[in-house]
Amino acid sequence: MEDENKQNDKTSRKDFLRKSLLTGSVFAAGAIGLNALSSCEKKPGEKVKMLTADGKMVEVDSNYINNTPSCCAAPSSESRQGIPGKKYVMVIDLSRCKHALKCQDSCQKYHHLSGMNVWLKVFKMQDAENTAPYWMPKPCMHCDKPPCVKVCPVSATYKREDGIVLVDNERCIGCRFCMAACPYSTRSFNWEEPQFLHESKGMAYSPETGFPQKKGTVEKCDFCPDMLKQGKLPHCVTACPNGVFYMGDFNEDTVSNGSETVRFSQLMKDKGGFRLNEILGTEPSVYYLPAANRLFPFIDVEIGKGKMEKGE
Amino acid sequence: MEEIKKEIKEKEAIQMLHEYNDDLLPKKFGIIGKTWTILLCIVFLTGVYCYINQLRNGLVITGMRDFVFWGIYISNFVFFVAISLVGSLMTAVLYLLKISWRAPLTRLSEIIAVAAIIFAGLIIIVDMGRPDRMMNMILHGRIQSPIIWDVMVVSTYMTLSILLLYFPLLPSISFCRDHMKGIPKWQKWMYRVLSLGWKNSPEQYKIVKKAITILSVMIIPVALCIHTVTSWLFASTYRPGWDSTNFGAYFVSGAFLVGSGGVVAGMYLLRRFNTSYDKYLTNDHFDRMGKLLVLLAMVYAYFSINEYLIPAYKMKGEEASHLNELFTGYYAPLFWSVQFFGMVLPILVLLFKKGRKPLPMFIMAVFVIVGAWFKRYLIVIPTMSFLPVQEIPEAWKHYSPTFQEWAITGGSLAGALLIITIFVRYFPIISVWEIAEEKGISEDIIYKHLHESNEK
Ligand code: SF4
Repeated sequence: MEDENKQNDKTSRKDFLRKSLLTGSVFAAGAIGLNALSSCEKKPGEKVKMLTADGKMVEVDSNYINNTPSCCAAPSSESRQGIPGKKYVMVIDLSRCKHALKCQDSCQKYHHLSGMNVWLKVFKMQDAENTAPYWMPKPCMHCDKPPCVKVCPVSATYKREDGIVLVDNERCIGCRFCMAACPYSTRSFNWEEPQFLHESKGMAYSPETGFPQKKGTVEKCDFCPDMLKQGKLPHCVTACPNGVFYMGDFNEDTVSNGSETVRFSQLMKDKGGFRLNEILGTEPSVYYLPAANRLFPFIDVEIGKGKMEKGE
Repeated sequence: MEEIKKEIKEKEAIQMLHEYNDDLLPKKFGIIGKTWTILLCIVFLTGVYCYINQLRNGLVITGMRDFVFWGIYISNFVFFVAISLVGSLMTAVLYLLKISWRAPLTRLSEIIAVAAIIFAGLIIIVDMGRPDRMMNMILHGRIQSPIIWDVMVVSTYMTLSILLLYFPLLPSISFCRDHMKGIPKWQKWMYRVLSLGWKNSPEQYKIVKKAITILSVMIIPVALCIHTVTSWLFASTYRPGWDSTNFGAYFVSGAFLVGSGGVVAGMYLLRRFNTSYDKYLTNDHFDRMGKLLVLLAMVYAYFSINEYLIPAYKMKGEEASHLNELFTGYYAPLFWSVQFFGMVLPILVLLFKKGRKPLPMFIMAVFVIVGAWFKRYLIVIPTMSFLPVQEIPEAWKHYSPTFQEWAITGGSLAGALLIITIFVRYFPIISVWEIAEEKGISEDIIYKHLHESNEK
C-alpha cells in the first residue's frame, strides 16, 4: 500500500516535470537536475519490497534503489529530438564474447521485458562449414538508412538526430510492417498484454526506455537514451564482464566499454571493424570487430537455453 | 411495308424487354438458398466472436509470433484484393473494348469486387495490433509508407467499385420499386430510397452512361494500383522471396485469373439455382469465359516462371533455401499442387471445347479459386519461416494458424459471400437494360418501354 502511494507520488512528480517541460517554463537541463535532486530526497531507513532479477522478493532501503530507467526519459513528444550534437555508435568485439549473457540479463531487467521479448540476442554464428563458430551479440543496428522507419505508416518508429531509432508505442498501430522491413530481425511484438515486472507498473511511458510495454505494439533495443543523457553507458555495456560492448559518440571519435576509452577510428583501423549486411545499404550504427585472437575458447552451449527458456 | 416491318420489330423488342424483366426480377430463396444463407451467417458470426476474443486478448490467440509475424490474415487480404480486380476487368476493360458478351456478367463481377474489397479492408484491420488507433494513419500518416498508399488506393477502388455497381443498378432498382408485388414494406422502402427517384427518362440514361464510361476509365489504373501496391508491401522489403521486381505484374496477372474464376463459379451457381438465368448465362458465355481463363492463366504462368525459375537458376544464398523449401522441402506438396491445380490443369482442360462446358468450367474455377488462396499463403508465409533462427522457442519456428485464426479468416470469406448472396436475393443480378443493348434493341425502345411490365 505504502509502495503504491510512493509510486503515485513519483508519477505525479514526473507528470509535473513533464508538464513544466512542455510549457517551457523550465529548461530541460534544469529539469533533469531537479529530478536528480528529487530522487535523493527520500527519507532514509524506509524499506521497500522489490523483486530481484532472479525472482526473489527482497526488502531494501529505499535509498539504495536506483531509479535509473525513469530518471531521464523524455515523454513521446520530446523523445523525437535526440541529444544535440551527438551521433551514437556501438562497437561489439566478437573476439571477447563468451556467451555469458550478462548483457541480455541486464537489458531484460532494466527494460522490464517480460515473456518472450528479448531485445539483445546472442547468436551462435558460423559463416561457412569450414570456418570457426563464434558468439555474436545482436542489438538493434540503429541504421542511418533505417528500412523500418521508411515503411512505418504513422511515424511511430523514427530516427533521431543523435542516430538513435526509437519506437513510440503510444502511436504504433501494430501493422508489423517494420518487422517485415528490418533485415536484422530486431523487433519484437507484444502479442499479448505484457506482464510488467515490479516497478514498471504505473510508470509514465517514454520511448526512451520502452516501458511500460503495450499490447499490440512493437518494441526493440533503444540504445538506452535515458542513460546516455546522463552521460552513462547503456546497460548491456556496463553489464558485460568481458568488455565486449563499446559505446560512444562518433562526432567525438571516442567509444568506451566502461574500463577503457579509445578512439573509434583507431579501433576500427587496428582491429578491422565491419558492419552487418553492408551490402543492403542500411548503414548500421553498430560496428563489429572480428572474432580473431579470441579471449576465450568457443564452448558450445545449446542456444536458447538462455532467456528464452526461462521466460516460458 | 417498311413501316409495318419496323412496327413488328418494335413490338418484338418490347415483348423481349418484358420477358427479360420478368425473368430477372430477384426471387425468394428456396430451401437451399435459405440454408446457405444461414450457414454463411453462422460462419460469419463465429468469426466475429473470435475477433472480439482477439480484441480482448491480443494477437496472441493467433499462430503468429515474432518470427512469422504475418499469417493467413495477410494472405487472405491479398486474396481479397486479387479477386476484387475482376470487377474492373469485366466492367471496365471489356466495356471499353466494346465486348458485348460481357453484359450479363458485369453486375455479378462488380458485386464480387465490392464484397471482396470491403472484406479486404476489414481483414487488414483484423491484422492490426492496435485497431483502436486507426485514426493515426490520418493524423500521423506518412506518405512514404506503402501502407498509406494501400489505404489510399483500396479506399478509392472501393468507392469507384461501389459507384460502378450502383449506377447501372439504378434502372433495375426503380423497376423493382414499381413492379415488385407482395414484398414487405421495408423492402419497398429500400428500393424507393436507393432508386434516387429514377424516372427512366432518356436524359437520365445518358447521364448514367456517361458516368459509367468515366468510371470505367478511372477504375482501370486504380485497379492496377491496388494490386501492385499490395505486392509492394512485400516487394519493398529485403526478404528473399519478397524482394522481387516482378511482384507487381505477377500479382496483377494472378488477380485477373482468380477473379475470372470467381465469376465463372458465380455464373454456374446462379444458373444452377435459378433456371430462368439459363437464357442469359448461356453455354456460349461459359465458352468465352473459358477462353479468357486460359489466356489469363497463361499470362500468369509466364510471370510465375519469371518469379521462380530465374532465382532458381542462380540459387543465390538465402534465396536458395527459400526455393528449396518450396520446391522440395516442407512446402513442396502445397506448392506443386497449387501450381498444378490452380494454373496448369485449368489451362489443359479449358483449351478443349468439351472442357469449356459449364460443369467442367465450374470445377476448374473452383480449383483456380482455392489454388489462388493457397498460392497467397505460399507467397506470404514461407518467406518468413525458412531462415535458420536461434534464440526463439521451438514453437515459434513453424507457423500454423490457430482455430480462432481460421475462424476469423473463414468468417471474412463467409461475410463476402454473404454480401453477394444478399445482393442476389434483393437485386436483379443481371442488368436488363445492358442485356437489351447487347441483344441489339435500340436505345429509344429501351428508354421508352423498359419500365413497363407484362401485367399492364
Ligand atoms: S508496427 Fe508500429 S512501428 Fe512498426 S511499422 Fe507498424 S506502426 Fe510503425
